[in-house]
Amino acid sequence: MTTITLPKCTIETLVRICDKHGNQTGELINILHEAQGELGYLPREVQEVIARQLRVPVSRVYGVVTFYSFFTMTPKGKHPISVCMGTACYVRGAETVLDEFKRRLGINVGDITPDGQFSLDSLRCVGACGLAPVVLVGEKVYGRVTPAAVEKILAEHAG
Amino acid sequence: MNNTQSLPMESTIKLQIDRRDVAVAPGTSILEAARGAGIHVPSLCYMNLRDTCISNLPASCRICVVEVEGRRNLAPACSTRCEEGMKVTTTSARVMNAQKTVLELILSDHPTDCLICPKSGNCDLQEMAARLKIREVPFKGEQSSHVKESSPSIIRDMNKCIYCRRCEMMCNKVQTVGALAAVNRGFNATIAPAFERPLGESECTYCGQCVAVCPVGALTENDHTNRLLADLADPSKTVIVQTAPAVRAALGEEFGLPAGTSVTGRMVSALRALGFDKVFDTDFAADLTIMEEGSELLDRLARFLDGDKTVALPILTSCCPAWVNFFEHHFPDMLDIPSSARSPQQMFGAIAKNWWAREAGVKREDLVVVSIMPCLAKKYECARDEFKENGDPDVNYSLSTRELAGLIKRANVEFDSLPDGDFDRPMGESTGAGVIFGATGGVMEAALRTAHELYTGKKLENVNFESVRGLQGIKKATVDLDGFELKIGIAHGLGNARALLEEIREKRCEYHAIEIMACPGGCIGGGGQPLHHGDSARLKARARALYAEDAGKPSRKSHENPCIIKLYEEFLGKPLGEKAHHLLHTSYFNKGKAIQER
Repeated sequence: MTTITLPKCTIETLVRICDKHGNQTGELINILHEAQGELGYLPREVQEVIARQLRVPVSRVYGVVTFYSFFTMTPKGKHPISVCMGTACYVRGAETVLDEFKRRLGINVGDITPDGQFSLDSLRCVGACGLAPVVLVGEKVYGRVTPAAVEKILAEHAG
Repeated sequence: MNNTQSLPMESTIKLQIDRRDVAVAPGTSILEAARGAGIHVPSLCYMNLRDTCISNLPASCRICVVEVEGRRNLAPACSTRCEEGMKVTTTSARVMNAQKTVLELILSDHPTDCLICPKSGNCDLQEMAARLKIREVPFKGEQSSHVKESSPSIIRDMNKCIYCRRCEMMCNKVQTVGALAAVNRGFNATIAPAFERPLGESECTYCGQCVAVCPVGALTENDHTNRLLADLADPSKTVIVQTAPAVRAALGEEFGLPAGTSVTGRMVSALRALGFDKVFDTDFAADLTIMEEGSELLDRLARFLDGDKTVALPILTSCCPAWVNFFEHHFPDMLDIPSSARSPQQMFGAIAKNWWAREAGVKREDLVVVSIMPCLAKKYECARDEFKENGDPDVNYSLSTRELAGLIKRANVEFDSLPDGDFDRPMGESTGAGVIFGATGGVMEAALRTAHELYTGKKLENVNFESVRGLQGIKKATVDLDGFELKIGIAHGLGNARALLEEIREKRCEYHAIEIMACPGGCIGGGGQPLHHGDSARLKARARALYAEDAGKPSRKSHENPCIIKLYEEFLGKPLGEKAHHLLHTSYFNKGKAIQER
């Protein structure tokens, strides 16, 4: 027997979300969306619980999670960093900014720092091309970011 | 055209395909209509298992595109319905160019190591490339790079996958196992178990129905031919073989014989020519299974009729290893109801290594027991720990019907002109009851023949239980045992099995005995058989071959098999006795998932 363990409150959250959607298979995407909203990410155990509630194979849940780039199986940091790699940001040097974040944090895109403070992601266009290159830390937007500014941005959120 | 002939005029749709008038039933796809009219539109992902009412129509490969007058774009024939007055062209230069481009694009992300691919010569993609005369692949660039994975039964080489999703359809819709799903995107896209873990860590039952429908070399069996050749060449080894009932009804198809040709005698001669020391029959062990399973049924019934409320009923057959895997994963709360009897393959192995070896003066470590099975799950079954003694498996390994056919071809054996050979004794002796184990309903019928006589103490005159035969997904019947109404159920295909098991779990139906076979049609449609392409006429022909062989046997009741009687007298004692329990029975494991609070 395989045992999947999760904190009681997490299981309760997931059961509540699934119930809210009538445990309908057709609601899988909405359920995953809400679950990620509450838990930050969708690890294996979470997918197993959702599969059980909806009575669908977990392979199908995993298929949906891996199909949509919005869903993630890795946890986000306390301060999730997103570097815009849209066309405008890219041509104005977003890649060098991203490289600087990678270097300073010692992690790759999609990863989280061991202390759980920062996670790093890239995304495509936040609709603020006039401020390119753009970096988001949590809800906060930074415009015209240079590699030199990265240290200051991180310091602002550290600790 | 069989769609059109019996239908009244008002319910048909008339259209033109390649300037020919065609009339079809509403809802018919252009592809079906064209094929009905003898126009063979090419296809790769499309598959129609008519008799199960299940079809695979992802329209993902686009090789079947046709021109429909008045439409700007080409239409996929598999998923475009015929409409009144439609004018379809399947052979224009535009269509042929598009098909070529589609195939070139598929091939741009497909290895070209056809010469050494296990599917070479039997691959739909290879055939298509030959048909469309592809001579180069103009598109170069990134390719998928998935890790090849090996399980005891199935090899997954997903770089060869063309995303037809037939395997996913079999696994989810027909078998309701749910091990495989489409995951990831782009070059990482693949068909895989959840979290891309190995098959062995998923709910996979190894039924092999995915392998049976894979059009390319992405899913193939774990081939043990070379292991067998090494053992046959080793003079210190005594190599004996057992052949499952369903093999004899389908092996001939691999040599161009019509479906339903029984090749028992030729198969025995071929195995002898290959160099096996003894050619035995799993049918012998099927008779033995009936002795144990039938006795278990009668024992549980007697206790039930005595008013024992704890007795686990219905009793479920346990011959099918994919079915065992299925209930261990999906019905772990019901592990007490299946019969504890081992499958015929494993009973054979246990008797061969513990009794025959001693009789024949062969040491266990020098004896190699090989099985020829219509099944891929049997490869996994013989590797299960509970069927080993000090690490030595009772059955060393299992080859599929397809692997045996391949080996016979390699061995320069002219199969067609082989004389009929006879199985060796004693473990080649069997009754008609053992033969019909290969078809859905067969195990139940064999059990009924013996249970009837043992329960009533009277001779059973008509041994044919017609009500349990046939390809209906779930069969239910009541059999009169001298006043006692025995209620039985039979399911084939794991989707049907699940439906029946859920009825039992929810106590919606009362049965005393249930037979389950994982593959559609039973073992005759097993994952290791010659590919039947969803053609149930082939399955019916194979079943007829088995029932004909049964009818021609001098004895048709397992408990009359003289070698079985002798085996009990000289070695086993009595059915369900201590020795039988040790060698012929097993236990099951909870492979389900539990979600726990931390």
